[in-house]
Amino acid sequence: MGNIVKSTRKYQRFGLGELFITIGLIVYAVIILYPLFWMVISSMKSYKEIYNNVWGFPSTWLVENYATAWSKGISSYFVNSIFVTAITVISVVLIGSMAAFVLARYRTKLIDFALIFIIGGMMMNPEVALIPLFNILSSLELINTHWALIFTYISYRLPLAVLLLRAYFLSIPRELEESAIIDGCSEFGIYRRIYLPMSVPIIITVIVLTSYYAWNEFLFATIFIESNDLKTIPSGLMNFRDALRTDWGVLLAGMVMSAAPMVLLLIFLQKYLVRGLSEGSVKG
Amino acid sequence: MLGVKRMLRKRSILIPVLFLLPSIVFLTTFVYFPLVQNFYNSFFDFSVFSQKKTFVGFENFKNLIGDKVVLTAIGNNFKYMIISVILQVGFALVLAYILEDKIFRKAAPILRVIYFMPVMVSISVIALLFGFIYNPQMGILNSFLELIGLTEWAKPWLGNSSTAIYAVIAMSQWQSIGFIMMLFIVAIQKIPQELYEAADIDGAGKIRKFISVTVPQVRETIFVNTLITVTGSMLVFNEPYILTNGGPGFSSITMSVHMYQQGFVKDNMGYASTIAIVIFMITAILAVIQIRLSRTGKGD
Repeated sequence: MGNIVKSTRKYQRFGLGELFITIGLIVYAVIILYPLFWMVISSMKSYKEIYNNVWGFPSTWLVENYATAWSKGISSYFVNSIFVTAITVISVVLIGSMAAFVLARYRTKLIDFALIFIIGGMMMNPEVALIPLFNILSSLELINTHWALIFTYISYRLPLAVLLLRAYFLSIPRELEESAIIDGCSEFGIYRRIYLPMSVPIIITVIVLTSYYAWNEFLFATIFIESNDLKTIPSGLMNFRDALRTDWGVLLAGMVMSAAPMVLLLIFLQKYLVRGLSEGSVKG
Repeated sequence: MLGVKRMLRKRSILIPVLFLLPSIVFLTTFVYFPLVQNFYNSFFDFSVFSQKKTFVGFENFKNLIGDKVVLTAIGNNFKYMIISVILQVGFALVLAYILEDKIFRKAAPILRVIYFMPVMVSISVIALLFGFIYNPQMGILNSFLELIGLTEWAKPWLGNSSTAIYAVIAMSQWQSIGFIMMLFIVAIQKIPQELYEAADIDGAGKIRKFISVTVPQVRETIFVNTLITVTGSMLVFNEPYILTNGGPGFSSITMSVHMYQQGFVKDNMGYASTIAIVIFMITAILAVIQIRLSRTGKGD
């Protein structure tokens, strides 16, 4: 059909094939967006309306569902999630960058072993370690505390953080630190004044990746935390559902509030997330 | 310069030790030690609530062979794997190629964000949302089928033992296709433009260019993404746990859910450790393949 047209003109013609593909892309976009859109709209409906009027807009917009959800539990899950995520992120950045600093600057047999030891952690899966972890945390008396989540999140996120940070640190020119040493800068000073400030983009990537993980982690959050007051959002939502029974509008409002911060953050910082995910996926 | 190098070398070993120590401690305590512990545990019979362990030898492994639920679970993990590889690797690659096509240059940035959006939403929110979508009375899936006149297709998706696992798998695809698509987009953007121009001169069409330029150029990413998807399918826990808890019966159970139920619901911690070893073996083999492939890739 379009062969002659295509070869004679510089620009591509929008043919029948492209039309079908466009329709396909739009249909797929609707499949992705509609459930999310439905969640937001239905979060302002009453139970009756969710049940009887699946497609329509609410007759009265029950914005108070959000206030109810917030006061009935979401607020405490939120605070817990923020606490756990913040401590995890700060620790991963600090501990990870310190390790990456040494692993990027020193080369001995022992350092090579440490590198394999730390990065090799990426191959280990939390699912497999679940039962022994539960026992270890019990004997440390950390079960049912936020530290059970924080310590395990740090441990399972460090390998990726070190991998990304070390690769970036290796690209920092040696001359910089040599002149810093001549100026009398200590080893710690080189880490703090040269390596950290020069690595801001990759540190943001690590922050985004780690908070994405800590905010959404479900398995540990469900099993290591028993009491409702300490639960983070992902596992708290399950309790929330069971407590509300048929108060679906409030449940949906809680779901929207739980998802919103990460979605907003990631829309703006998507570049960093995608970079981290794609570099982190190429292991070895 | 030599002086500086010597100074570098002479620096005390205090900093390297201090800087590495926290990472080593964390990984030893919470990543490697549990793994060893898990092997040890699989030879014992014990409970969540007590520290007492009874040695049972290979009893747990014998039980594993006779456990029919394990077969169902592995079967479900394989269904997960096959469908995920087709859709998350195959379809996502085609999708990435289309979005990188010049003709969709204007729409691509918006579509990328839309397709990627479910990745950003936590799995618990998505699973609860799909609980509503699949709801037999008011779910939007059944309502939609009625709307377009396919009333006889409507069914209790999660309550039916022949559809439950597929409903769970479908939700995973909905969430994850955008993620793998994004990894492919990053890979496709690195392909030198000259290769496509050369193909243009040869008169290659879009499908031809996809097969002869894009696919071979992102071969490495295809391998890596396939392994991510396969490993993920073998470990999957959250989706079946939240949506169906493995039910109805054991129809949508996976290995991780089976492990969880044996350990934390039925309190057979020793047997659950044995199931964990099976999961570990499967994923370890996949990890070794992944390392091998990424090494050979570097030689290219």
